[in-house]
Amino acid sequence: MPKPHGGKLVNRVLEGQGKRRALEDAQTLKRVDVLDAVASDVENIAKGVFSPLEGFLNHEELEAVLHLMRLPSDLAWTMPVLLDVPNSKAKRIGEGEELALYHEGRPLALMQVEEKYSFEKDELAKHAFGTLDATHPGVAMVKDMGETFLGGRLDLIKEPEGPYTQYKLAPLETRVLFEEKGWKTVVGFQTRNPPHLGHEYVQKTALAFVDGVFINPVIGKKKTGDFKDEVILEAYNALMKNYYLKESVVMSILPFEMRYAGPREAIFHAIVRKNFGCTHFIVGRDHAGVGKFYGPYDAQKIFDDFPDLGISPLFFKSFFHCKRCGAVTNEKACPHGESEHINFSGTKIRGMLSEGRLPPKELMRPEVSEVISQYKNPFVD
Amino acid sequence: MTERKKLEEKKKFTTVSIPTPLFKKVEERIKGTGFTSVSSYVAYVLREIIAEEEEEDEPFSEEDKERVKERLRALGYID
Repeated sequence: MPKPHGGKLVNRVLEGQGKRRALEDAQTLKRVDVLDAVASDVENIAKGVFSPLEGFLNHEELEAVLHLMRLPSDLAWTMPVLLDVPNSKAKRIGEGEELALYHEGRPLALMQVEEKYSFEKDELAKHAFGTLDATHPGVAMVKDMGETFLGGRLDLIKEPEGPYTQYKLAPLETRVLFEEKGWKTVVGFQTRNPPHLGHEYVQKTALAFVDGVFINPVIGKKKTGDFKDEVILEAYNALMKNYYLKESVVMSILPFEMRYAGPREAIFHAIVRKNFGCTHFIVGRDHAGVGKFYGPYDAQKIFDDFPDLGISPLFFKSFFHCKRCGAVTNEKACPHGESEHINFSGTKIRGMLSEGRLPPKELMRPEVSEVISQYKNPFVD
Repeated sequence: MTERKKLEEKKKFTTVSIPTPLFKKVEERIKGTGFTSVSSYVAYVLREIIAEEEEEDEPFSEEDKERVKERLRALGYID
């Protein structure tokens, strides 16, 4: 099993006396209310999902991440993880001060403000997403941020309330689980969609080389038209129950708001799965991309710059069902023409389901289609 | 301060000396590979070597393991 990124699994979850004291302190400290996305980041930092981060990035770390895609320690790190506050709030917060972070009216974490700084938003967006186009969801997210950033370590008091806790495992838990299963090699699979046969093909192809597959759907705010979280989870349950060996697959969720940063986010996703204990990570076509902002295989090419990542990417090109082959296949293996191919288009599958039609069995397992069709509206409004 | 100096300051680079013949061999070697300089190649190779040395198992404490196994059992992940 690979060491966590940076060598040590971060654990900043308060327990016992420390937690009780923090809950009391949170009543009197200056309070910053955070939204779901930041609350997920807090939880991920505290539980070691984002190891080696112990808090939100300071100015020096942010510069290094944007310009070098590394932390000042030279450790690979590609995505800014930031706490922003509006200037009106920042004026009342001093460096060295302890803050209480609240989420949905409840104390979430205590944070030591090590640095308070401003940063040019265009520079941030340009480096993180490679564009200033406001139609890019990540750029829009940056533009909506407060003007001041707070850097510093944090301690989680209580994890954010949310559904699907039975599917939520921390890196320490997945590491113990993989060990219990006797898995020496594990491939991580990131997803934000119910599985079609192309996904299954990729996972099972990877399974030919490793001991287990770790399906890790991203749960959290998504774009309008995306599948709802519960639909994704139930669809995967149906697939795993009917078509996977229990000994070879594990699913747990990752609460996280996608940034759609394409190649940078692919590296970040790989680091996160390394922290969960994965030795390999599947990177498909246009991983973490959106629209036409990134080339179809940019998220694979970027791995060339990170020989020290500590997790091996498994690259896959696009797949299709070939009517002549009678199977899921790809351009390297299939000699037949495009007229014989049925592509796994997410848009096409969504279109069929929204019209109340079930996708054909060449695209999606009937058990999976059935589960999705039971939802009156399986999509995010 | 020149733009280059500013960038170097921002990127926190330092200088390492290597024998000139080795430098020239590396220069030849990286032609057409996508590496833009001897420095970037040397940094790549060193990072790879250092990362390999660091990849080892991290054992859990028995206490951690038992606590975690209890939750995994309760959730149905293990029998």
